[in-house]
Amino acid sequence: MGLGSKGLDQVRRVLAAPAVGPFLALVLTMAFFSLKSDAFLRGPNLSLVLQQVMVVGVLAIGQTFVILTAGIDLSVGTVMAFGQIVMTKLAIDQGYSPLTAILLGILACIGFGILNGGLVTAIRLPAFIVTLGTLNIAFALTHIVSNDLTYPPGKSGASELPSQLLFFGRTFTIGNTDITYGVVLMFVLFGLAWYALTQTAWGRHVYAVGDDPEAARLTGIKTGRVLLSVYTLAGLLYGLAAWLLVSRTELGDPNAGQTTENLDSITAVVLGGTSLFGGRGTVIGTLIGAVIVGIFRNGLTLIGVEVIYQYLVTGILVILAVSVDQLTHRRRA
Amino acid sequence: MNGPQPILEARGLVKSFGQVVALNGADFELYPNEIVAIIGDNGAGKSTLIKTLSGALQPDEGELRLDGERVRFRSPGDARRAGIETVYQDLAVAPSLDIAENIFLGRESRWRGPLGLVLRLLDRRSMRREAARHLSELKIGVQSIKQPVENLSGGQRQGVAVARAAKWAKRVAIMDEPTAALGVKETRQVLDMILRVRDRGLPVILISHDMPHVFELADRILIMRLGERVATVTPQTHTMPEAVAIMTGATRGELEQALTKDTP
Repeated sequence: MGLGSKGLDQVRRVLAAPAVGPFLALVLTMAFFSLKSDAFLRGPNLSLVLQQVMVVGVLAIGQTFVILTAGIDLSVGTVMAFGQIVMTKLAIDQGYSPLTAILLGILACIGFGILNGGLVTAIRLPAFIVTLGTLNIAFALTHIVSNDLTYPPGKSGASELPSQLLFFGRTFTIGNTDITYGVVLMFVLFGLAWYALTQTAWGRHVYAVGDDPEAARLTGIKTGRVLLSVYTLAGLLYGLAAWLLVSRTELGDPNAGQTTENLDSITAVVLGGTSLFGGRGTVIGTLIGAVIVGIFRNGLTLIGVEVIYQYLVTGILVILAVSVDQLTHRRRA
Repeated sequence: MNGPQPILEARGLVKSFGQVVALNGADFELYPNEIVAIIGDNGAGKSTLIKTLSGALQPDEGELRLDGERVRFRSPGDARRAGIETVYQDLAVAPSLDIAENIFLGRESRWRGPLGLVLRLLDRRSMRREAARHLSELKIGVQSIKQPVENLSGGQRQGVAVARAAKWAKRVAIMDEPTAALGVKETRQVLDMILRVRDRGLPVILISHDMPHVFELADRILIMRLGERVATVTPQTHTMPEAVAIMTGATRGELEQALTKDTP
């Protein structure tokens, strides 16, 4: 008899569930690259993919919060770069204790989050313009503060950075695969974000504000407070991402975070099925989206595609994903 | 007069916006277990009156009494805390949240003990149970309480808004043109819900442009003109053309003309 209408219904419901589409896309992507390259599906390579994904993944959590409120954050990359320069410069040049330097770097990113959120809520500016402005402010500050130098200056083999700054680049071993602490932190942060968004009233308010801010206000939600908390939390996540980036690259680089991170974080969120119109999406989808982006970058390198074509592919990917969002999530009357 | 005490009462409300006087000494009262409709032409002061009663606007002069006690609403939140809930015409719901989440939006219940206090964990199960019970009491039919509101028809969506207001309103439910965005059949469903809300003991203030609906639902009809209450009528004492005539300020001659035109 095959599938009855009840069975079909169930299939349809499973396919419509959030993060199922992104998951299928992930499986297809992995299948494609494992056919093209024998090295791809090995444990060490997959561990490497995750290690490459961890920075963008953590940025994408913050980006998810912002996009769920129907905003967008273009300043992710440069704000992270600024936090990273603050951390490394204070620790190396200014003699701050490593943990204080890390804390101040994270606080700098939170400061940018509060600035973004404050401008969006108090003056009701569009997030797009606000974060385009703070993108440039953070970019300029990064270069002014660093004098265009990397920290530690010069590349002298082993990094002179204190070990606390490098902690999340360290690894432990399971089987024959090295797992980076930073990847563990990323997963923990995704778990916490999932909990906050789905299991607390605050999370439901984030969705309600993104859905229809006026309706949310009329039901008594303090929409300004929700938005400010979202951008502040995003700033905290960019600060943690800055720490991860220092751990991974073992230096503070004023030129970091300028090109790929912004687009990759947005691509991850959109590929993960979160709607740019706000109010719809999941952080689990974002995790899958971030891994897809990472796999594309890793897989294209493995099969010998030049770096410049990776930009081409991710550019096409994000437009495809946004088109799907337009066609499926367009406001139903 | 020794009638029952009004639940909500307004005396001599004045509100101006610059040169424009929106309310010019308006009075209002709402008694237990009744539906009061407010009608009036555009600019008569209906919505200013309603916004004053729901806390969205503060009057320049005049006073509000709730159960006989003087009250002052500085925000919609104040009115809400005093037990006054409002349903708006434009389906004020969060489309991607489910029915239970919408009914509890802004007033979520958390688990007792450390799970709720420290981890802020939502008590989904009790909210869904509560929401389902509430909807069935108001005879609002939905497939599942877990459905996102965007999958509902306009009438069902407004049903969710009415159910939310009825659930949280301790004293008064204000329905501000609740059917303006709905089709014929859906309008019918929402009107029936409003009657059931009243029958369960919650007095309702209804604002509507639709005279037949007003005359069907309302126990009393308050007619506003130029910022004042010009008359309070009932469907038993006045006909629709009479009410419209009072509303538009027609003269006695015009009124008689209107009446003869309507009777063939």
